[in-house]
Amino acid sequence: MSALIAQFINLLAALLLMLSFAMLAQRRILTLIHLFTLQGITLVLSTTVVGYVTSQPHLYYSALLTLLLKVLLIPALLYRVIDRLRVRREVETLINIPTIMLLGILLVMLAFYLAQPLSQMSSSVARGTLGIALACVLLSFMTMITRSKALPQVIAFLSMENGLFFAATSATYGMPMVVELGIALDVLVGILILGVFLFHIREQFDSLDMSNLEQLRDE
Amino acid sequence: MNDLWHPLLPVLLLPLLGSLVLALMGQRDKAPEVNALFCLLTFLGACDLTRQVIANGPSSAWDHSFFLDSLNVFLVSLTAFVALTTALFSRAYMRVERDHGRMTPNRLRLYHSMYQLFSFTMLVALTTNNMGILWVSMEAATLTTVLLVSLYRTPASLEAAWKYFILCGVGIAQALFGTVLLYMAAEKIIPPDGGALLWTQLNAVKGALDPDIMTLAFAFLFIGYGTKVGLVPLHNWLPDAHAEGPTPVSAVLSGLLLNVALYALLRCKILTDGALHSSLASQLLMGFGLLSVVTAAFFLSRQKDVKRLFAYSSIEHMGLITFAFGMGGAVANFAGLLHMTVHSLIKSSIFFAVGHATQRAGTQVMEDIRGLLQISPTLGWGLILGSFAILGMPPFGVFASEFLIVTTAMRDHAWATPFLLLALGVAFAAIFGRIQPMVFGSTTLPTLRHPPALIPVFVHLAAGLCLGLYIPPALEQWYQQSARLLGG
Repeated sequence: MSALIAQFINLLAALLLMLSFAMLAQRRILTLIHLFTLQGITLVLSTTVVGYVTSQPHLYYSALLTLLLKVLLIPALLYRVIDRLRVRREVETLINIPTIMLLGILLVMLAFYLAQPLSQMSSSVARGTLGIALACVLLSFMTMITRSKALPQVIAFLSMENGLFFAATSATYGMPMVVELGIALDVLVGILILGVFLFHIREQFDSLDMSNLEQLRDE
Repeated sequence: MNDLWHPLLPVLLLPLLGSLVLALMGQRDKAPEVNALFCLLTFLGACDLTRQVIANGPSSAWDHSFFLDSLNVFLVSLTAFVALTTALFSRAYMRVERDHGRMTPNRLRLYHSMYQLFSFTMLVALTTNNMGILWVSMEAATLTTVLLVSLYRTPASLEAAWKYFILCGVGIAQALFGTVLLYMAAEKIIPPDGGALLWTQLNAVKGALDPDIMTLAFAFLFIGYGTKVGLVPLHNWLPDAHAEGPTPVSAVLSGLLLNVALYALLRCKILTDGALHSSLASQLLMGFGLLSVVTAAFFLSRQKDVKRLFAYSSIEHMGLITFAFGMGGAVANFAGLLHMTVHSLIKSSIFFAVGHATQRAGTQVMEDIRGLLQISPTLGWGLILGSFAILGMPPFGVFASEFLIVTTAMRDHAWATPFLLLALGVAFAAIFGRIQPMVFGSTTLPTLRHPPALIPVFVHLAAGLCLGLYIPPALEQWYQQSARLLGG
């Protein structure tokens, strides 16, 4: 029974990793938002399962919070933003997707190497998953670096937060509730501020291409 | 201590209340005064709190969610004090900005409300006992200051705020991962619901925390909070955010937020030192501290914008403080704490003077600001004295702390001394060479209609001077207690 559930959690972790990879190579903004929503759903499932196995009721609340925030509210906000900014159909030019993917694989190996000694010591059911969580964080980081447009950067930022959240539920039994609420509040306020920013940037620069934002530097 | 009343309550509640009141009050003429009033009340609360902690020793509040010891109560009172003087300065400053049309009523409302909320997040970060809440409030402090930096909505300020948000957001996300790892290490020792993220609990069992996990955790916490301290190579956000935001915001960013971030790092260092029985944390702090001092000193001479110049000087000084705490030991920790205090006071006073000077000149480019002494002797003297003080001239407090840091380095880590002295020399040449023509000489600048608020400048300089000449015994004892707590 518990072996089966551990396998199930590992499956969800693998799914999360694949979604991170998909985001790394995805050029269409709309699809990025879909992928982000899928990540959210995976998180909700894994949190619920860990909560069920370890009979930690507060994980159910945290799953519910994730569902509301990352599956419903944030994607809805993102859809509104791309409609209002009229970038729904926008496609980004990404150079060298194969190189990026190769670098991504290296990052995953690095993450597993770093997490190797630690996963043995995890007291939680899902031991091998800490490496995956770290890999997701690093992959999102890389997604952010390789993008030049504002909105994909924001989505990658949110996806990094997903990876961190997954680390919290997989390595431990989830953070205390008050901390989780605080983090959720920060994420929500952060995305609202970023949303407002996007409109200001568009107004000032007539585009959301971040290469315009390179005026400030030391000569 | 389960009572609701605790001397900490007004210190936390007043800024929160202030932010609500100022958000609702909107564009009334009295808003700057109300802002200053809330800061004053918070400061009085902080004084009372400090008095009680000195008298009764460390205490915790509300079921151990918050706790106070000599280390954080000293920063609480410093934060409340600088927040108060900056609020007084911003009254005069914002009046001019409004006349120039750079501040609309809506922006002023956002500014005042966010100013109070920013104080609130810093005070929570300083007093919380929960490492998770510490992270949450650091992130919240980033969010409020992002809004403050982008206040003018110019392309440059938007760019600075975006950079600030993304870099600090990513950086601080690493600190969250570090916090998760810390929790993971703690969970094995502290039973469930035993408060495995409470710092006091962690500190009690720090010797038993798993060294492997703690090494990795500290690496992530160091990257995360180090980004906010502005350590090289994670400092890119800092000069932009300082230069493009309103000057009162630059003053509180430099004087307060960097301190709070360093405080978070120090709390993590205490735990890591206890768990590792090695000097890994100290070496990281020393290495990156020294790198920041040297790099920032050489960047100083390339600056054209006066606020960028002093932003780089902040990186240099935070690097120096980080280096001091990295060396550890009673003297270096004492010097680090003293330097934190005087740097806050002097740097914010410089930003006050710079704020008025740039308003007069209508530019932040140093070459276009000339002869400040001619148009306003007090302003000119404020700036030149402030620059002397920050460059470590005796008898100001910076001299005392830098002297202690350098002599300790000579004794314990002789290899670092040449780098430190070189950096201090380069910084002196760079800053003095640029400030001197700004102050002396003849001017073409127009006079202003509003009188500048220069009292905060001289209050800060006097406090910095006083700390250089004579540290009151109570304060000295207090520094020594904190220095012992930091160990090393």
